Amino acid sequence: MRSFFAVYALWIWPSVTWCQKPVPYSRILEAPLKEPGSWLTYSGNYQGHRFSPLQEITTANVHQLRVRWAYQFPLARTEVSPIVADGVMYITAPNQAAALDLRTGRPLWKWERPVPADYQSIGFSRVNRGPAILDDKLFVATLDCYLVALDLATGQQRWAVRVADYKPGYSMTLAPLAVKDKVIVGLSGGEAGIRGFIDAYYAASGKRAWRFYTIPGPGEKGNETWSGDSWKTGGGSTWVTGSYDPSLNLLYWGVGNPGPDWNGDKRLGDNLYTCSFVALDADTGKLRWYFQFTPHDTHDWDATHVPVLIDAEIRGRMRKLVVNPNRNAFYYVLDRETGEFLAGRPYAKQTWAKGLDDRGRPILVPGMDPSEEGTLVWPSLNGATVWFSPSYSPQTKLVYVSTREVGAIYYKREAEYKPGTFFAGGGERRISAKEQWGALRALEATTGKLVWEFRLASPPWAGVLSTAGGLVFSGTNEGNIFALDAQTGKPLWDFQAGGQVSSNPISFEIDGHQHIALAAERVLFVFGL
Amino acid sequence: MGLNWRLGILALPVLLAGQSAHDPVPDIPLGKRIFESQCAVCHGQDGSGGRGPALNRPTLLKAPDDQSLRRAIAEGLPPEMPGAWQLSVREVASVAAYVRSLGSVPVEPLKGDPTRGKLVYQSKGCASCHIIQGQGRAHGPELTAIGAKRNAAFLREAIRNPAAELAEDYLLVEIETRSGQRIRGVRLSEDPFTIQLRDTAQGRFHSFRKNALKDVRRLLSESSMPAYDEASLPAAELEDLVAYLATLRGGPQ
Repeated sequence: MRSFFAVYALWIWPSVTWCQKPVPYSRILEAPLKEPGSWLTYSGNYQGHRFSPLQEITTANVHQLRVRWAYQFPLARTEVSPIVADGVMYITAPNQAAALDLRTGRPLWKWERPVPADYQSIGFSRVNRGPAILDDKLFVATLDCYLVALDLATGQQRWAVRVADYKPGYSMTLAPLAVKDKVIVGLSGGEAGIRGFIDAYYAASGKRAWRFYTIPGPGEKGNETWSGDSWKTGGGSTWVTGSYDPSLNLLYWGVGNPGPDWNGDKRLGDNLYTCSFVALDADTGKLRWYFQFTPHDTHDWDATHVPVLIDAEIRGRMRKLVVNPNRNAFYYVLDRETGEFLAGRPYAKQTWAKGLDDRGRPILVPGMDPSEEGTLVWPSLNGATVWFSPSYSPQTKLVYVSTREVGAIYYKREAEYKPGTFFAGGGERRISAKEQWGALRALEATTGKLVWEFRLASPPWAGVLSTAGGLVFSGTNEGNIFALDAQTGKPLWDFQAGGQVSSNPISFEIDGHQHIALAAERVLFVFGL
Repeated sequence: MGLNWRLGILALPVLLAGQSAHDPVPDIPLGKRIFESQCAVCHGQDGSGGRGPALNRPTLLKAPDDQSLRRAIAEGLPPEMPGAWQLSVREVASVAAYVRSLGSVPVEPLKGDPTRGKLVYQSKGCASCHIIQGQGRAHGPELTAIGAKRNAAFLREAIRNPAAELAEDYLLVEIETRSGQRIRGVRLSEDPFTIQLRDTAQGRFHSFRKNALKDVRRLLSESSMPAYDEASLPAAELEDLVAYLATLRGGPQ
């Protein structure tokens, strides 16, 4: 009888229907331990590690990886990092979302919200980096600045709330972060003279729980770091998903550049909290601490990175840390309870600072600001790394980061604020393509010291995944999707995907077997053994 | 009568500029100021590209004529490029004129004789590596619009000392296989795992996985084009050749 059922179960395998169970906060919190085959939040865990505990794919068998299925996005290049739960993959494109059968990639439902005809992306591409999941809903941030909650089972809209007005230049491209009973989002628009903020909404109702302005208003601490009325158009976008420490109940979020980008003459001062990490109370949005990487930035070096939270010994004492390979080419180690600077060093070529002082503030090289005739500086405006995710492996204790080696000539021009137009004040001219290159670098997590690098032909746009199988996955501009030995950087597998990789890899299980997903251009590939 | 006279005076500068009465007169310095402050964010300060495409070329695929270029600037090119709705008609025309100027080398007075230069081109065997209007062989860059892309000084240097500034996409590489075979050629494509090249000896195409190679050398200071010195190309012939190349601006001959 038993064997009959076994045979019967095998026979009906193709028609098994998945049960789309609710995904409460506790599941997201415990997923790395209890259900490593799911991928329930942007970075895989709240600590921003983009590390998969799965270990079926190893250094010994990774060369056998092959494409299991692919999904073609209807529009342009995708930067999506999918969510995987209960046999379903959830993906997004600008103002679109879909649920895919995890075994085949066939759509279970699709959702779309029209982009208003007068909507414009000022200073960035029309992209979306993924959804968030919580309870019985999927959350999508739209270009025209709505946070939308969809029914997990059908894709039908439960609620939509306007986060900001898109007309002056606000937009949303990020994957929301679901924490406890709230969904947290940030904004794009740092080239349009916005005043940035981070918002939290109740997942059940869509009601706003709190807002944190990244540019303090009059009377608030930090407003004095802006001359005149410059705070009103100070930028400080928040366009990359943050991290969360449940034990401290603190959210960590990166803040973008000040506006206008390349002309700081009319915004004298440090321009808080641009180019900073902020640590916020997850319940109230109150600022606990901040750390500014690039005071009074004039090179567009947003600190919009995924903060990587690790616990490690520093000078003989266990510390709760947040580490960050920053767009400004320095690697930072901070205490995540207090924001105290503990260590830092360059991890890529930079010519703008002699180093960091004992509080982590850059010691500037004079004459590196953009100028009328142009100033050659490393790194370029896209920085030594950008929005795409680094990865931390608790096995190797290394931080893996796609690193860009590019300099640029920076120009300063006049900037006049007109809502809904560029408020940039200049631009750059990159050095010749022949002199640009890149690398996937493995850095010692507590110091930023280089352990190994895998050289790339051009400055990359792809995030990194590390796995418990001892592997690191990423991609190249030339279309390679590849795996390296996490200990040594030795290349072990590669696949030519036929288009630039500018998204973040994830890993999950289909029917108990580990798979890897990574998009190239507008195609999402799923690989398995 | 008086009224007509005034209209005539008003119309004069417009007619002189070769515009219809409804067209604004573009102001290129104004266009440059606007471009550098607002467009350079994506297209690069000199129009050489960035997030957006390079604009310093004679033909813009999405804006082949002045009207479409002005429309692209004013209304944008969905989904990526925002429209500059805040600019006046004259400002849009000025930005368009500036963008056009980026992609086209102005005609300069040259002492050489283009007719003789064409004969130099033929007699020195240039066509065995270059194509003009479909004629010649395709080892080196296509030259049909070279006069609009490069000024005379650049052309002189490129003929006398081709390695000084290598043409885009013509990097010479020398690879050595594990069996010791050496192949020299123009790199066609390269990624961290593979390389594709066309050998200089016979123009054959080769594809390698890098782990099958002992060495890949980038010959950054070499060009596959021979350097034509005073002995092989006297100064007068050089000037004639440059004058001929300067006439090649993409149109039918």
